[in-house]
Amino acid sequence: MKRIVIVGNGMVGYKLCEKLRSRSAEVEIIVYGEEPRPAYDRVHLSSYFSGSTADDLLMAPASWYVENNITLHTGELVIDIDREKKTIKTHMGRHDHYDHLVLATGSSAFVPTIDGVERDGVFVYRTIEDLNDIIAYSKKVKRGAVMGGGLLGLEAAKALIDLGLETHVVEFAPRLMPRQIDDAASEVLAHKLSQLGITIHLGKNTKSIDGNGKLEGLSFADGSKLDIEMLVISAGIRPRDELAKATLLNVHPRGGILVDQHLRTNDENIFAIGESAVFNNMVYGLVAPGYEMADIVARQITGDNAKTFNGFDMSTKLKLIGVDVGSFGDPFCDNTPSIPIVFKNKHKGVYKRINISEDGKLLLGGILIGDASQYNILHQMVANKMPLPENPETLIIGNGSAKGGDEGAGVKGLPDTAQICSCENITKGELVHQITECGITSVDGLKKSTKACTGCGGCTPLVNDLLKITLESMGHKVKKVLCEHFDFSRQELYDLIKVKGIKSYDALLDMHGKGDGCEICKPAVASLMASIWNDLILEQDTIQDSNDRFLANIQRGGTYSVVPRIAGGEITPQKLSAIGRIAEKYNLYTKITGGQRIDMFGARMDQLPDIWEELVAEGFESGHAYGKSLRTIKSCVGSTWCRYGVQDSVSFAVLIEERYKGLRAPHKLKGAVSGCIRECAEAQSKDFGIIATDKGWNLYVCGNGGARPQHAKLLVTDVDSETCIKYIDRFLMYYIRTADPLTRTATWLNKLDGGLEYLYDVVVNDSLGIGEMLEKEMEGLIATYHCEWKKVVEDPALRAKFRHFVNSDDADENIEYVDMRGQKCPVDWNKK
Amino acid sequence: MEILNAIKTFKPEVETEVNVWFKAAHVTAFPENGGACVKYKDMQVAVFNFTRRNEWFACQNLCPHKMQMVLSRGMVGSVEGEPKVACPFHKKTFSLKTGECLNAEECSIAVFPVKIEDGYVHIGFTK
Ligand SMILES: Cc1cc2nc3c(=O)[nH]c(=O)nc-3n(C[C@H](O)[C@H](O)[C@H](O)COP(=O)(O)OP(=O)(O)OC[C@H]3O[C@@H](n4cnc5c(N)ncnc54)[C@H](O)[C@@H]3O)c2cc1C
Repeated sequence: MKRIVIVGNGMVGYKLCEKLRSRSAEVEIIVYGEEPRPAYDRVHLSSYFSGSTADDLLMAPASWYVENNITLHTGELVIDIDREKKTIKTHMGRHDHYDHLVLATGSSAFVPTIDGVERDGVFVYRTIEDLNDIIAYSKKVKRGAVMGGGLLGLEAAKALIDLGLETHVVEFAPRLMPRQIDDAASEVLAHKLSQLGITIHLGKNTKSIDGNGKLEGLSFADGSKLDIEMLVISAGIRPRDELAKATLLNVHPRGGILVDQHLRTNDENIFAIGESAVFNNMVYGLVAPGYEMADIVARQITGDNAKTFNGFDMSTKLKLIGVDVGSFGDPFCDNTPSIPIVFKNKHKGVYKRINISEDGKLLLGGILIGDASQYNILHQMVANKMPLPENPETLIIGNGSAKGGDEGAGVKGLPDTAQICSCENITKGELVHQITECGITSVDGLKKSTKACTGCGGCTPLVNDLLKITLESMGHKVKKVLCEHFDFSRQELYDLIKVKGIKSYDALLDMHGKGDGCEICKPAVASLMASIWNDLILEQDTIQDSNDRFLANIQRGGTYSVVPRIAGGEITPQKLSAIGRIAEKYNLYTKITGGQRIDMFGARMDQLPDIWEELVAEGFESGHAYGKSLRTIKSCVGSTWCRYGVQDSVSFAVLIEERYKGLRAPHKLKGAVSGCIRECAEAQSKDFGIIATDKGWNLYVCGNGGARPQHAKLLVTDVDSETCIKYIDRFLMYYIRTADPLTRTATWLNKLDGGLEYLYDVVVNDSLGIGEMLEKEMEGLIATYHCEWKKVVEDPALRAKFRHFVNSDDADENIEYVDMRGQKCPVDWNKK
Repeated sequence: MEILNAIKTFKPEVETEVNVWFKAAHVTAFPENGGACVKYKDMQVAVFNFTRRNEWFACQNLCPHKMQMVLSRGMVGSVEGEPKVACPFHKKTFSLKTGECLNAEECSIAVFPVKIEDGYVHIGFTK
């Protein structure tokens, strides 16, 4: 049996294992990796900052290697190769024999020789260990910088922002991402990034990294300085060719192991792939070409020499700190005669450029900033030399009310040989074959059968479209269904319920569903019925999500929290004392929430009606903190007290909160009103946010805090209160009608065909002619508002639903508390 | 309602030896297509009145995932015909027939037979 030794267990080394094993069970595979864990997804390294764990990032767990009969040595560095004997030696003194050796040693971050690079507080951004070091150090400091304004540098800058640091980016070139985008694009991008709090310094040549022991600042060649306490260097990559050099394989003067079209080095038994290889004077610093190389080597080793490596398209599309950036084909056309077409809107942060061949027939490349929705199709047009439409500018300018479709039509036009997934090299023809011949009907199915979308994920929208179009062409109706019990989307159910006047879940299931329902469709239907009929939700208590069923938020230990409404965060001293008194009486833990109200924790289920009876008597109403419904309208103090305020934000916030209180929606809704441009109420992080101007209000929509924060987008400027409310009515009702279950407004907008422009058309221009209807529907909901807790308190039958045991008045004695800073808290459930 | 006079027994697929039929509460104490909690000795038992299937189920009230006494507040439903309950905390679902966890690698829960006699819910225990 042939013995294959792979040096390096990074993304590409791993891919080789996968490809080799899937081609043959008859080769021995031995892998040496220097890092302490099996290969992980470096491309998504930054998601480590937003909650992914090291385990989540693994390409495959250690058990996968065992199952596939692959010997993996982690934490073991290969230090020598004896090409004559065909053996390698590791730093632990182990010797191993090979028939074929594959170097997949990747690269390391390039650290320029600048005075002071060795100081404490200087980091690179490449491995999980680097990230751990950065996280630990960042806790001690406030100001950080990234050296390098390229792709990775900007990603590192985002990490520093996430860590709460004041963040600077220092770039040597006169523009950001110099290899992908042009000056004008850089300007738009820089403007966007500066709005997000990143300070950009261009054309800065760093002379020294200063400090006394630890890092204190940077000095530049132009004499200026920048005070910072930590620095992440992202100045490019250096292929790891030290092993190759030591054994006299040919390397490139600027680093990297030289390979031919077959990925062979000058020793025919040794291959090099991934970021350590240099083909045609070029290092390919992306995963897709690395995977392609792995595929070719796997073929060679198993006896198929037909496929060769011929360079790779380095087009990229990414979301940088929430800003779309795309660069495809030849983005600059510096050396090719071409006609650029440019569209630029600095205010909106959008820049698009396409380069057309001189004869106007072909697309050569381009750049997209701020809106890269056409990336996939444009990229395909370049790659497949597809003919241009008559007016090529429509490719990037669209016609305002642009309703998707474009991309769909584009997929249709692609030839079967068009590559859709570049990471796994899957063509349109292969995908279509899977759908038409192998009976695959979902993207998940295609992922399983072809691995498309499993690398960078960038092709997912295209695969989605292709699936839809292909299924449609086969006469299948393609639809998004709620779950196994309903063959309808949420939007369709909305219409069915409304048009047929269906008032109960059971009736809906009888008429339009099957089976017994589940925890997905029940709450979704409950929410729909609440949004349409606004009846007391406890009339159908067992289809409500658990928090709605008991009108309170379940917490660790099984107790609940109680949140009365405090509209706009405004509360009288009397009411404040009432909360204090009641919390004390029932021994509740109290905390101020992020939405400017007071949360009382630790109420047993059976205590809820009693607590609410007292709150209602004091004039409080339900805060609906438990529902997928309007939560709070946060406000700053505004012009009544604040010397900067230009409008009375508190009064407006109270008005709005009173207007929409109790409104149920596909997901929770949050709003805010700020009294001036300083934005103390953080309105731009809300589902709808209002910021005062000296002429009226600016309305922002579809913002989101949470795991993946997204700033709200400006919908209209300088409108009066009445118009502002009219647009919010329309916006909210349109969202309620059309969103999928449990979709926040931000995600809804991201998925909405035509995006913000389309939403603007519907809400402001009333392009669908439904504005008045939406307003009427909202009026109906407002008119039928009721405080759910008041109804429960007054109704003994409803109160009885809150007993813990049906056959005993005992309380649940399993609830245990500990003392924390003078208040009670539940016992940690991991310690139980 | 004819069911009130008849005796009807609902046995889970897991074999249990019943030595005690514990009379828990009147059927009307249990919400339709939902559950409530019964106290038996020191034990908490979740009992479900699955009206849609005309079936009754009983299981332990403790969700094994985070050791919380809450399954009776969970939502009932079915997956490919199998009746199940979803824990309100993290939506782990358990078969009401076998107690098996259906969507995670949690351990199974105990399930008990239920008998409806004279309009009262009885739960079968070994001791
Ligand atoms: C933060 C970040 C974001 C990125 N984002 C993208 C992106 O969006 N899109 C994209 O296409 N690419 C992206 N990349 C680049 C991509 O990660 C690389 O192209 C890819 O990881 C290269 O894979 P590789 O296996 O060649 O090298 P590596 O992943 O570096 O793996 C090489 C491995 O070999 C080990 N090794 C080296 N020498 C030895 C030895 N002598 N003995 C044993 N083991 C050894 C190393 O420790 C390492 O684990 C990103 C990279 C980073 C750092």
